[in-house]
Amino acid sequence: MSSGSSQLQDIADRVIAQAARGEQVEAYVARGVETDIRIYGGEVEHFVSAQSEGIGIRVIKDGRTGFAYAGTLDESAIASVLAQARDNVAFGTPDEWAGLAEPDGVAVVPQELWNEALAAYPTADKIALAKELERLTAASDPRVRVDDANYSDGAGETAVATTTGIRVNGRENACYVSVSTLADDGDETQTGFGFSVGRSPHEFDLAKAAREAADRATRLLGAIKPPSKRVTVVLDPYVTAQFLGVISSALNGENVIKGRSLFANRVGEPVASPLLTLIDDPTNPKAYTATDIDGEGLAARRNSLIEAGVLQGFVHSSYSARRAGTVSTGNSVRGGFKGTPGVGCLAMQLKPGARTQAELVADVEDGVLIQMVQGLHSGVNPISGDFSTGASGLLISKGQLGAPVREFTIASTLQRMLHDIVEVGGDVDWLPSMAAGVSLVIADVTMSGA
Amino acid sequence: MIEHEVLERVLATALRKGGDFAEVYAEDKSSTSAGLDDGRVEQVSSGRDRGAGIRVVVGETTGFAYTADLSEAGLRAAAEAASAVASQGGAGTRVVSLTRSPAHVVNRIEIYPDTVGKAAKVSLLQRVDEAARSMGGAIGQVSAGYADSRKRIIVANSDGLLAEDEQVRHILRISVVANGDAGMQTGFESLGHTIGFELFDQHDVEELARTAARQAITKLRARPAPSGAIPVVIKAGSGGVLFHEACGHGLEADLVSKGASVYRGKVGELVASPLVTLVDDGTMAGEWGAIGIDDEGHPSQHNVLIQDGVLTDYMWDHLRARKEGHAHSGNGRRQSYMHLPMVRMTNTYVLNGTENAEDIIRDTPYGVYVAKLGGGSVNTASGDFVFGMTEAYLIENGELTDPLREGNLIGNGPQVLRDIDALANDFAMGNPGTCGKDGQGVPVGDGQPTLRVKSMTIGGTAS
Repeated sequence: MSSGSSQLQDIADRVIAQAARGEQVEAYVARGVETDIRIYGGEVEHFVSAQSEGIGIRVIKDGRTGFAYAGTLDESAIASVLAQARDNVAFGTPDEWAGLAEPDGVAVVPQELWNEALAAYPTADKIALAKELERLTAASDPRVRVDDANYSDGAGETAVATTTGIRVNGRENACYVSVSTLADDGDETQTGFGFSVGRSPHEFDLAKAAREAADRATRLLGAIKPPSKRVTVVLDPYVTAQFLGVISSALNGENVIKGRSLFANRVGEPVASPLLTLIDDPTNPKAYTATDIDGEGLAARRNSLIEAGVLQGFVHSSYSARRAGTVSTGNSVRGGFKGTPGVGCLAMQLKPGARTQAELVADVEDGVLIQMVQGLHSGVNPISGDFSTGASGLLISKGQLGAPVREFTIASTLQRMLHDIVEVGGDVDWLPSMAAGVSLVIADVTMSGA
Repeated sequence: MIEHEVLERVLATALRKGGDFAEVYAEDKSSTSAGLDDGRVEQVSSGRDRGAGIRVVVGETTGFAYTADLSEAGLRAAAEAASAVASQGGAGTRVVSLTRSPAHVVNRIEIYPDTVGKAAKVSLLQRVDEAARSMGGAIGQVSAGYADSRKRIIVANSDGLLAEDEQVRHILRISVVANGDAGMQTGFESLGHTIGFELFDQHDVEELARTAARQAITKLRARPAPSGAIPVVIKAGSGGVLFHEACGHGLEADLVSKGASVYRGKVGELVASPLVTLVDDGTMAGEWGAIGIDDEGHPSQHNVLIQDGVLTDYMWDHLRARKEGHAHSGNGRRQSYMHLPMVRMTNTYVLNGTENAEDIIRDTPYGVYVAKLGGGSVNTASGDFVFGMTEAYLIENGELTDPLREGNLIGNGPQVLRDIDALANDFAMGNPGTCGKDGQGVPVGDGQPTLRVKSMTIGGTAS
């Protein structure tokens, strides 16, 4: 968080100055603006321009926690939020580990999270970018229609203050363009999407976004439902990033102490193929989710999670760390002023291998290149480890990519899949998600189709 | 919340630079939530969300802005921001005269959440925790969440509409983890209705907790689900999400008009088994998707979408209805004042058939019986959809046998609708759901009687 707002910091400071004896108080103050433009048929379908602000206050007393928020920074509303949070304290169960984070002396690795070029970018140019993306996409293939093309940006500033001595503020902005496509062939319609992200619109690659959106839709035209059998799958970087997001739940220190992680009591043991090394490193500026501080205001840091298949440890907030008898790893996460901090990975990445996706595919005798998954939220249980998801992609036979396939599932368990990893690709893709993408080969997965 | 005359002046401001239509949507929502985990009430939270969203429509273009400032100056500033899309100007002064719509009351509230002490809310969680843990030593963890909300909304638009509604919701969620020799399994139950705190007098929350616990314990001896295409029987009240995904989204007029639905151009055609009559019904009192008015101010309706297998109509919001000269259907909904409305479902359900549920199972030599579904998702353009099964059993020789591990089912909407070959007479509504579309979540309900799909692909691992 660089060069934040003194105004928001003042608000946070004033709230914690009202703490009574024996009370810990945290104030989290945020303000944001967003622009959202949608283009359809060469015209602006909608233009959204909006501002929001709010405050969340946490009060801890005698091991009990209370919380309240309001979507306004009006003085009288803030007083009411503090009163509500205090009132809520009485209804919690005393918890000897409850408490706010305290400064831990870990140095902040500064990140460039604010971009002046974006802040100064004219609205008319934003509209022009989305129109250009729509034009490029529609022109890329005669079978392709554009469902919508979008430009979005947001800028936010936050300030945190606690009675335990945390005092940080900062601001951040980002933008992206995206396009949704439909490809038609007779009665059949398939869909695709493409996107480009950046700290400023100057970093966009519209041509690539257009090409990917057209490819994703057209490559599935004529796709068949494959037979049911066990196969080797090659996950596209985009799919691997989603897979890592599922794994992150088992590495969450709060899930470990509450008996919800399949990795509990496994530190120091092999939980994955020796080919797998996984870190969480929000200090890497290449990561889309790079940040300098976590949700409690501690420095974000690099944490080793799995080293050559061996579990190294878990990610923690100050609360989960206290309960686990360790220290925070700077992995507190919070979803804005309406919530209290939880625990989560911030920027996962697999240590890449050396080979391209084409080289990985060339080694597969009988398999599928998985380009999209559907239903990770409904068919994957990170507690039991059961893994089953809808998928689409391309068949692989004797090292050659073949027919497109859709309307099938791939299934295994998370425990097995981690051990069944055959190779990690060298094609790291810093996607707009919590995890970086890279091609990943996993053996012995059940494909269910016809 | 906002004076009648202020709304008229704000609408006039919104149309000052031209435009065909302007609307103010304002809400004031108070909410309380409490969470219990690991035997402790971790936190009670209070929230207040109050603000207005203003849109201006010019031809095919919509301008939208929102603000948390409900003063006349704050609303006028948002109106001006929204009217930036109407840059042609020269429209002069437009006078808007609002007429209050008669109240359309669907949900009867007896006990408002702000009249109930927080201690009573928290004690629900403790009762649930105790009941789940009483199910035996295999229960490793219990978490429970309580939430209530009271939301007042006002909608006013340049057609002269002025409508108000109050929506009160209560929900309780219970998650249980059971530990066994082969690892952990989970159980989940929820209870949510658009009524007051009397909800918890009308239902046995302890039994709900024990049901979640039983689900987790039963799954400890679950075997891998089959892999491949086989018959699937879905228990009454657990499979409404199938219709929500297999065809509900595809019947939303915004997706249809962009050619992004497999059901485009199919009104009047047979799109499902003649056994199927599908309804979307915002007037179903007390259900999770029940509303007095939609978020564009129109009264909720009972809309028949599919009659005896024939597609009768789509669902509509203001923009799509206006564009195509169709009546709106009370399906214009939004997550909050920070969001534009679009076509959304309310309570979507399939009417009873005539068969006996036990007979349907008995007539199935081999298949899967799904007793509880998880979430789902659909690609409306291709019709491919998935949904998760969180409690399921194998059917062998017409009887339920082993419990199965979790997995996704995958199918193609139009195909699955045609493949429904048995429908029972035991209709039940399902669990409260949150439907996500274009980044917005809204509360929805679903329901169906026990039914059989003659073939669906089960994404298990057993051959």
